[in-house]
Amino acid sequence: MSYFKIPLRIVPDNTTLPFMDWARIRTPISLVLIVISFVLFFTVGVNEGIDFKGGSSIEVHSVNGPADMGKLRSIVDGLGLGDVQIQNIGNENDVLIRVATQPGGEDAQQAVVTKVRAALGGGDYEFRSVEVVGPRVSGELARTGTLAVIFTMAGIMIYIWFRFEWQFGVAAVATLVHDAILTVGFFAATQIDFNLTSLAAILTIIGYSLNDTVVIFDRIREILRRYKQMPVRDIIDLATNQTLARTIMTSLTLELALVSLYFFGGPVVRSFTAAMIWGIFVATASSIFIGGPILVYFNIRPRPEKAKPEKSAADTADTTAAGA
Amino acid sequence: MLYFPRWQVVLILLVVFAGFLAVIPNFLSKDMLARWPSFLPKNQMVLGLDLQGGAYLLYEVDRNEYVQKRLRDLTSDVRKTLLDNPRIGYTGLGVQGETVQLRLRDLSQIADARARLEKLRNPLNASLLSAGSVYEFDLTVGDDGLVRYAYNSAGLTQRMRQIVTQSIHVIDRRINDLGTTEPSIQQQGDNRILVEAPGLGDPQRLKDLVGQTAQLEFHMVQDEITADQAKASPPKPGTTRIPDQTNPNIIYEVDESALMTGEDLADAQTGFDQQTSEPVVNFRLTTGGGRKFGEVTAKNVGRPFAIVLDNVVISAPVIRQAILGGSGQISGSFTVESANNLAILLRAGSLPAKLTIVEERTVGASLGADSIHAGIMASIVATAGIAIFMIVCYGLLGFFADLALVANNFLMIGILTTLGATLTLPGIAGIVLTMGMAVDANVLIYERMREEAHAGRSTIAALDTGFRRAFATIIDSHLTALIAAIALFELGSGPIRGFAVTLAIGIISTLFTAYLVTRLIVSGWVRWARPKVVPL
Repeated sequence: MSYFKIPLRIVPDNTTLPFMDWARIRTPISLVLIVISFVLFFTVGVNEGIDFKGGSSIEVHSVNGPADMGKLRSIVDGLGLGDVQIQNIGNENDVLIRVATQPGGEDAQQAVVTKVRAALGGGDYEFRSVEVVGPRVSGELARTGTLAVIFTMAGIMIYIWFRFEWQFGVAAVATLVHDAILTVGFFAATQIDFNLTSLAAILTIIGYSLNDTVVIFDRIREILRRYKQMPVRDIIDLATNQTLARTIMTSLTLELALVSLYFFGGPVVRSFTAAMIWGIFVATASSIFIGGPILVYFNIRPRPEKAKPEKSAADTADTTAAGA
Repeated sequence: MLYFPRWQVVLILLVVFAGFLAVIPNFLSKDMLARWPSFLPKNQMVLGLDLQGGAYLLYEVDRNEYVQKRLRDLTSDVRKTLLDNPRIGYTGLGVQGETVQLRLRDLSQIADARARLEKLRNPLNASLLSAGSVYEFDLTVGDDGLVRYAYNSAGLTQRMRQIVTQSIHVIDRRINDLGTTEPSIQQQGDNRILVEAPGLGDPQRLKDLVGQTAQLEFHMVQDEITADQAKASPPKPGTTRIPDQTNPNIIYEVDESALMTGEDLADAQTGFDQQTSEPVVNFRLTTGGGRKFGEVTAKNVGRPFAIVLDNVVISAPVIRQAILGGSGQISGSFTVESANNLAILLRAGSLPAKLTIVEERTVGASLGADSIHAGIMASIVATAGIAIFMIVCYGLLGFFADLALVANNFLMIGILTTLGATLTLPGIAGIVLTMGMAVDANVLIYERMREEAHAGRSTIAALDTGFRRAFATIIDSHLTALIAAIALFELGSGPIRGFAVTLAIGIISTLFTAYLVTRLIVSGWVRWARPKVVPL
C-alpha cells in the first residue's frame, strides 16, 4: 500500500489521566487566575480603545526615515488637545497618535483631525489611517458590545438546554464565563487596546470554548446512557480521556492558523490574534479541566446512585470495547 | 455511510465545481473578465475600505438643531398669521423648550385664532397603511387664551425619516457631481447616514461637500455694524444679525425674511470675474425666482443685499440697477476649488437639516495594500501549516482532509463572491480561522474511527461508524459556533460584520465539505484500495 506510514500521534492512545483527581491543583490555579484578572481589571483596567471611550486615533507614516518622536510630540502638544498619546507601532516610521475625547460634542472631535492634519501636513508625514469616534457612538458601541456578549451567553445556554439537560447548560456557561474573565484579564495585563475587535475576539473564544466543551459533554452523555452503573466521576474522566486527542488536535490546528496570522497578518490584526491565541489556550484547558469536572457537582444522572469514590481508570479500555 | 448513490456523487461534485467557478473571476483582470463567457459567474469580491483604502463617515441628523430651527420658523409664521387682517392681539410669543407659546389678548378671538393657527400644524404625508395623517405639531388652545404648539413625537419621528431620505438624495447629487469616486450612501438606524467612499486618502473634500447644509439666502441689509456695537444692543424687531465670512468684526443687520432662497436657483456654475479674474459662482434663477428678484432689485436700487450661506454673509453687494435677466454672480474671495464646491452645493440643493459626523474611519491606500499582502501571506502560511500538520498526524486520511479543505476554501470564497460580500481584513482572519475549524470535523471523525478500530471493529465498520457517530457531535459544535457568529454580526459594524459573515459561511461550508466531501473521498478510496487496516 502506498499511503503514508506512521501517522504521528501527538496525544497517545487510551490515556487514563485522572482529571477528576486534579481538582486540588486545578481549582486553586483557576481561582487565582480569576482573582488576578479581577484585580488587574479593577486596578490597572483594560486599555480602552477609542471605540468605547471615544476620541481620535491617527496613524502617520514618516516619509523620510524614522519619525522624530520628540518633534512630533512637541507639534501635537502645541495644539492644546489635552491628553495625547504618541507611540511607535510596527516600526520606527509608523507612529500612532491618540487624542482623548474633546469637550464640546461631536464637532469638537472633528476639529482634532483637521488640526492634526494641518500641523503635520507639510509632506513629511503620510496619513495611513484616521479614526474618530464621537461620544454618542462610543456609548452605543459599548452598550451593543455588552448586549452582544449577554445575548451570546443566553443563546448558548438555551441551545445547550435544548440539546442536553439544564445542568450541562449551567456548566458550559460557567466555563465560558471563566474563559471570558481570563481573556479580559489578559487585556488588562498586556494593556493591548480593548476595542470592538477585542470584543469580537472574546465572542469567538466563547464560541470556540463551547465547541470544545460540547464535544466532551456529548461523550459524557453517550457514556452516561450506556453504562448505567458507572460512577459519574469515572464517566467524566473516561469521556475527557476519550476526547482528549480531538480536543488537543483541534486546538493545535487553530493555534497554527492563529500564529500564522499573528506573525504574517500585519499589525492591524495583531492584537486580535494575540487575544485569540491566549483565549484558545484557556478555552482548551478549561473545557478539559473545568467544563467536564464541574458536572460532578450537578446531579446529571436521572436517578442518583451512591457515588463510588474508587478510581476506575483501568476499565477505560474495557468500556470502549464493550461499547462496540 | 460509505455508500453513495450516483446522483449524490454527481451533486456533491457539482457543488464543489460551482464553488470553483465562482472563485475564478476574482483572479481575472477586467479585460479577461470582459471576454469571460456570459453564462459563467462574473461577480468579483469587493474589497473593504480597510483593504483598498477609503473613508467611512457616519453622519447624524442634528435633531436638536432641527427642532430649534423649526420652532423659530413656526414662531415667525405664527406672528405673520396673527398680524394678518383682521389682526389678533397676543403677548409673550416665543420658544419655550420644545414648544412655541403665546397668550391671546382678547378671549373673544379664541375661535378665530384657533382656526388660523390650526393651519400651521403642518400635516405630514402619512403612509398608505396608517389611518389619518400625522401632524408635525400638536396645538392646544386653552380657555384662558394660552396657546401652545408642541412637537408631536410621531410627527417628529416621521419628519426625521423624511429628512434622512431627502438628505441622502441631496448627498447623492452632490457626490455624483464631484464624479471622482463611487461612494455608497445608506441610511443607518432612524437618523443616521453612512457614506462610504473607497480610495480616498484625505476625505476633506468629501466632508466639505457632504457636511455643509448649503442653505443659500438673499436678505436685504438694514445696517452694517461692528461686533462691539452688536453686543451693546439687541437687533431691531424683524431683523437678524449675521456675521461676515472673512471679517468677524463686521456684522450685518438684515431683514429676517429672505428675499429668495436656494430653491429659486435653476443652475450654478463656476466662472471668473471679468475684471478681477477671481473665481466666482454664476447662478441662474428659475422663472418665478427671476421675476421676484427683478421686482425686488428694481425697488431697492442703491441699497446692499447680503448673500448668506449657512448663516454667514459671503458678500453684500450694492444693487446698482434692477436685475431682470434672472442671473447673477456671487463673488467672495473664493479659490477655484471652493467656488467649484459652492457651485456643486447650490446645484444639488441644500440639506433639510444640519448633519454632524459622529464616526469617521479613514484608511490610506498604502495601509490597505500592506493589509492585503499581510492577509494573503498569513492565509498561505496557515493553509500550508494546517495541510502539513494534518498529513503528519493522520497520514493518507489527513491528505483527504486537506483535499476537503481546498474544496471548502473554494466553496466559502465562492459563496462570499456570489453574495457580493465585502472582503475585509477581519474577514480574511475569519477565513484563516475557519480553516483551523474546518479540519475540526475531520479530526472528530478520524479520532472516532481510531477508537472504533481499537475497539475491534473491522476496517470498513470502523470507518463507517466513525462518520456516523461523529455526526451529532459535529452538528453540535458547529451550531454553537454559529450562535457566536450571529452575535458577532449583531454586534458589529463594517469590518467585524465581515468577520462574522465569513465565519458563519465558513461554518456552513465546512459542514458540507468535512462531512460529505471527505466521506465521498474515503468511500472512493475504500472501493479502490480495499484497505485491510484503518490507516490511523
